[in-house]
Amino acid sequence: MELAEEKLGEHHLDEKEVVDVVVRFAGDSGDGMQLTGGNFTESTALYGNDLSTFPDFPAEIRAPVGSTFGVSAFQIYFGMEDVTTAGDALDVLVAMNPAALVTNVGNLVEGGLLIVDSGAFTAKNLAKAKYQSNPLEDGALDAFRVLDINISKHVLAAVAAFGIGHKAGLRCKNMWTLGLVLWLFDRDRKATIENLKTKFANKPEIAEANIAALNAGHAYGETAELPVGIHIYKVPKAKVAPGTYRNVTGSTALAWGLIAGSKLAHIEMLFASYPITPASNLLHELVNRKEFDINTFQAEDEIAAVCAAIGASFAGSLGVTSSAGPGIALKAEGIALAVATELPLVVVNTQRGGPSTGLPTKTEQSDLNMALCGRHADTPVPVIATSTSTDCFEVAIEAVRLATKYMTPVMLLSDGYLANAAEPWKIPEVDSLTPFPVQHYTDAKDFKPSLRDDSTHARVWAKPGTPGLEHRIGGIERSFETGDISYDPDNHQKMTQLRQAKIAAIADDIPLQEVVLGSESGKLAVVGWGSTFGAIHQAVKRARGEGLDVSHIQVRYLSPLPKNLGELLHNFEKIIVPEMNTGQFINLIRAEYLIDADGLNKVAGQPFKIGEILAAIHEEFAVLGRQP
Amino acid sequence: MNQAAIKLTLKDYTSNQEVRWCPGCGDYAILKTIQKLMPELDRPKENHVFISGIGCASRFPYYMNTYGFHTIHGRAPPIATGVKLANPDLDVWVITGDGDGFSIGGNHMLHVLRRNVDLQILLFNNEIYGLTKGQYSPTSRAGTRSPSSPKGSIDFPLAPCEVALGSGGTFIARSIDTEAKHLSAVVRRAYDHKGASFVEILQNCPIYNDGIFEQVKDKKISADFKVELEHGEPLVFGKEREKGVRLNRQRLTLEVIDLNSGDADGVLIHDETNKVLAQMLATMSAPELPVAVGVIYREDRATYDEVSRQQVALARNPSTSLQELLHSGHTWVVE
Repeated sequence: MELAEEKLGEHHLDEKEVVDVVVRFAGDSGDGMQLTGGNFTESTALYGNDLSTFPDFPAEIRAPVGSTFGVSAFQIYFGMEDVTTAGDALDVLVAMNPAALVTNVGNLVEGGLLIVDSGAFTAKNLAKAKYQSNPLEDGALDAFRVLDINISKHVLAAVAAFGIGHKAGLRCKNMWTLGLVLWLFDRDRKATIENLKTKFANKPEIAEANIAALNAGHAYGETAELPVGIHIYKVPKAKVAPGTYRNVTGSTALAWGLIAGSKLAHIEMLFASYPITPASNLLHELVNRKEFDINTFQAEDEIAAVCAAIGASFAGSLGVTSSAGPGIALKAEGIALAVATELPLVVVNTQRGGPSTGLPTKTEQSDLNMALCGRHADTPVPVIATSTSTDCFEVAIEAVRLATKYMTPVMLLSDGYLANAAEPWKIPEVDSLTPFPVQHYTDAKDFKPSLRDDSTHARVWAKPGTPGLEHRIGGIERSFETGDISYDPDNHQKMTQLRQAKIAAIADDIPLQEVVLGSESGKLAVVGWGSTFGAIHQAVKRARGEGLDVSHIQVRYLSPLPKNLGELLHNFEKIIVPEMNTGQFINLIRAEYLIDADGLNKVAGQPFKIGEILAAIHEEFAVLGRQP
Repeated sequence: MNQAAIKLTLKDYTSNQEVRWCPGCGDYAILKTIQKLMPELDRPKENHVFISGIGCASRFPYYMNTYGFHTIHGRAPPIATGVKLANPDLDVWVITGDGDGFSIGGNHMLHVLRRNVDLQILLFNNEIYGLTKGQYSPTSRAGTRSPSSPKGSIDFPLAPCEVALGSGGTFIARSIDTEAKHLSAVVRRAYDHKGASFVEILQNCPIYNDGIFEQVKDKKISADFKVELEHGEPLVFGKEREKGVRLNRQRLTLEVIDLNSGDADGVLIHDETNKVLAQMLATMSAPELPVAVGVIYREDRATYDEVSRQQVALARNPSTSLQELLHSGHTWVVE
């Protein structure tokens, strides 16, 4: 299916009160756009809007100043209704230089608000962005409400009193701009001021200069005579369930889920990994959580990381390793060893654009096939996927539960978008989570390493140091009866089938597939997995608003699949599967259920837009005929 | 019952598995020596964990009646590191070969040594790939004829003890498969060393590389081709202990001198803690210089697992709650 985009409605910045807004901050990778976006997100959450964010940054740490490939952006969608994506088209674009303008202006709606730092529109910067003439002067931006301010000049004036110099002064540009945007949406500056004080605790003059810039930007909004149509926009608070909320990124929620999982399993955890984008934030978070009996190990390579995790699991802890696609490929042999020796292991794959180095900072879902099949031999492992940043917490706990209960590696699929995107999270009550304590085996009577649990078929977990349970395990096929080396042909057949059956039986221990939105049968189901959740959800919601009979199904358990999934899918006349790959899940459901479906495949390093999925829904209904 | 209180024997450390090495393999002698040494270490049997990679040597754990893990090719060091990080009370042994430890697993060997994880690495060096039927290995001498090098290998070989020293290893020793007494003493010292102990064991492969270490193994001639290192003792060797090793100060090289001649001054005294000397000793090869056996180098340095566990212990805080963590930073309440 072609990726078409639904034309979105008119801009909605005419009213003083608006339902939702998409804002994108874009600048050089050194301009501090991520920090700006992060602070704006926090103020927005505290204000009471629902929100979703999309940090979009280049792979280069400090790309040449003014270059288009060095543009770093942070997008936030916030509003009074449930927000599950970072939004399609932009209502407000903040462009700190010509490169940020040229790479993002195409997404700004007609009549949208464009804030630019005219001080950065120098001949040199215009040339780097390949502008023949200055768009601020040649009428190219006539379709937008343009607020061109010489931000550099204003910032230097605002920070002059702090004596931090020209260069450091200019670095406060982002806070000046943030001050202005905070004013624009009536947000409070307090949280940002606190953050700046903490961030620059050792450099109070820098903190003060940034705060002064922030206040100056805010004051500019209050006092300057702005063009007609630019004023404070009120976005009413979202109506959300009562409770205590916080913002959380997928990486943080996943790290905390792993901690919660090990607590619920009553075991220590060793998190072993090798730095790789976009997975490293998990290591950075967990290395600071040692008070929870979490140890971390930065290994010499991906293989060493998975092996150290396996070693820890052999010794009775929970071994967890993490990477992105190329690193997971390197871990494959180790994962197969854990399958063969039936040791618990959690493998987190924060997927990114591939193959090879691909697009390291961009998102994709193209490692599903590898998760399901990317090992030598018959090597089944459970595969589960997280669908939102906050879902990461629950899915991580589930990965730990399955790994320890079934003595198996578990593949947990996240992606670059979820890892970095933040959304408000209703903080769960830890006490309400169900524990699943691990019992290490201790009974020396008639012990053998091949003992199994009658119900789960999980192999016994006997950790070194336990008297009387001395035993050997290894990669050579093991006798079903004794656990010793066995080259017996019948035994290998039996063990291969056992490994398959053990994982397949997990289908009895996972929830039945539910429909997220819509009815359990009908004309059309949009079936997704992973981070496509938000865009599918909004598209289906809008389509249902138009009276279309469409449902949203989001699959968490990819192997084994929920027992009722096949039946559920057969209840629909038509299925669409949006995926950020060339069609991996669609092949799985076609193979499993002999079901036809249309794929909607986007591999652009960017998440789906709502409009793209909505367009696909409309296309299907053009064929199906509208519901009465 | 406390197992350590009962005197265990070699038999207690022998598993019920049939040993499957080729007849005459040097691995048999090493296995016997280690099984015999184990009771003397006076540790509960369940505390020992033998971890191996892939290759003839790596079958070793199956034959030890302790905890054991036969893993994947080259990866025993990181798996052992994971075991030790999870439970530092365990006595962890890594059994590896020249291909496993220095070809496919060379990277891990480097890092486990520089980190100084507290474990013992026994490298069975037979200078050949046995299990895959005789190809040359990274320690095979240049020109080794093998199924994959019919005209002689063209790789320059690496010297395990030199690499171990260069990797920042804190205990480097060498011994010989059939020299039970010497091997036992060296492994005992490796066990007693706190940190990563590296022992290269020269091991004969009777099938694919027979006699490669004959100069140092053959009792009739070995005295002339090896020097047994003893800390604080002179580097003297030969049937009549008539030869010594001396530093040529002009050329900064080692040379052999005849102690019976008039020129007997300047025989080096072995100092295990001298890294410069250790590098020269590790490099010595026959016939020009005697092969050094014994403890070549040792130093005391904090172990990785110890410091790592300390960090966890220091962070431990009984009042820590996950609920608090989830509520840390900015939160807001929706009524």
